[in-house]
Amino acid sequence: MIVGQIKEGIVLDHIKAGRGMKLYDVLKLGELDCSVAVIVNAESEKMGKKDIIKISGLIDIDFNILGFVDPGVTVNIIKDSKVVKREKIALPEKITGLLKCKNPRCITTVEQELQHVFKLCDEDNKVYRCIYCETKADLESIE
Amino acid sequence: MRSVIDIMDLSLEEIDGLLNTAEDIIANPKKYADACRGKKLATLFFEPSTRTRLSFEAAMYELGGNVIGFSEASSSSSAKGESISDTARTISCYADIIAMRHPKEGAPYVASLKATVPVINAGDGGHNHPTQTLADLLTIKREKGRFDSLTIGLCGDLKFGRTVHSLISAMSRYSNVRFVMISPDELKIPDYVKQNVLIPKGIEYKEVKSLEEAMPELDILYMTRVQKERFFNEADYIRLKDTYILTPEKLSGAKDDLCIMHPLPRVNEISVAVDDDKRACYFKQVLNGKYMRMALILKLLEVEV
Repeated sequence: MIVGQIKEGIVLDHIKAGRGMKLYDVLKLGELDCSVAVIVNAESEKMGKKDIIKISGLIDIDFNILGFVDPGVTVNIIKDSKVVKREKIALPEKITGLLKCKNPRCITTVEQELQHVFKLCDEDNKVYRCIYCETKADLESIE
Repeated sequence: MRSVIDIMDLSLEEIDGLLNTAEDIIANPKKYADACRGKKLATLFFEPSTRTRLSFEAAMYELGGNVIGFSEASSSSSAKGESISDTARTISCYADIIAMRHPKEGAPYVASLKATVPVINAGDGGHNHPTQTLADLLTIKREKGRFDSLTIGLCGDLKFGRTVHSLISAMSRYSNVRFVMISPDELKIPDYVKQNVLIPKGIEYKEVKSLEEAMPELDILYMTRVQKERFFNEADYIRLKDTYILTPEKLSGAKDDLCIMHPLPRVNEISVAVDDDKRACYFKQVLNGKYMRMALILKLLEVEV
């Protein structure tokens, strides 16, 4: 399958197969005016299968949420149909205000003003935990 | 200004220091009788407690200090909708140190972020209870004479049992400690305790269901209550509450120098008949708790005696 090259924009490459639509949702790409292509199950020498997202516009990407959903993603910035910048995502130390603690016993369930903050506790297994009650965040924790 | 929210907020050296202070208090109580003269402890208990609150209050009185506070959320401004942060700031204007218990996990941590005086976590939901752990450590030191090379059986509600979580964290810092987790499937130790503490530190542990089978290898048996207040569904509580009841018969295969502990209160998980066994240490734990809270108050108030 061929999806045309973009002249100016962003290509999110090496997305773990199956995570593309999740990223599309959490990055709110559906709300953009520009065209967005989500390619799922593309062949990859390195990964076997991967997802790719092409965005025909230079938007601000929330790298924290991107790192949480899939830290293996490569961000390619395209200008004049050429890759001018290629960035690997690093896992953020803290994620503030993007994830919601699901523990019904957590103080965040009653203190409405309190920011939901998650801290990276295990880099190898990409585990984030609520700083208040230590509950583990997962993809369902994304607000 | 230091707060203690998690037992891991204290280094091993600091815990040793607290244990030494507590033993000095036991040996020379008069020396400490005026140590906190003019100081006030605020006990902010948003959840019912007899032991912990009275232990903190007795500790402060025995140090010559005074106590203010409340013992249930309905008699505090939280009933009017005040936030934990505002309560902490306000109480900081009245007291020199705060001991807080709250049913929501992380509440004392939130308080410590805004308070201008030290905050001690006196229990937050099913999460942590560091001063109970200090009581447990003094009990283990006095009864076993060591912290290393111990096989510790943890029995009952290991999911919501905050004392268990704090004790595992604390004991995991000593060498050659093994844990035997005895619980029904529904009340197994939470995954964060395994992933944060047991697995990274390579600590040997096993999860079993039979108390009798685990008994012969234990140096310490830490019993816990299945806590009704942690269940959203009463049917689950009723189904699980009588899973483990320690009786003299079940102790028949135990070591002679087993140390039986329980953070109390108990309901029926330790038969009263066990109280007369020389291995029963749970009422000593209560007393040790007061001494360790005295030591902690002195440390956080930076009082030299």
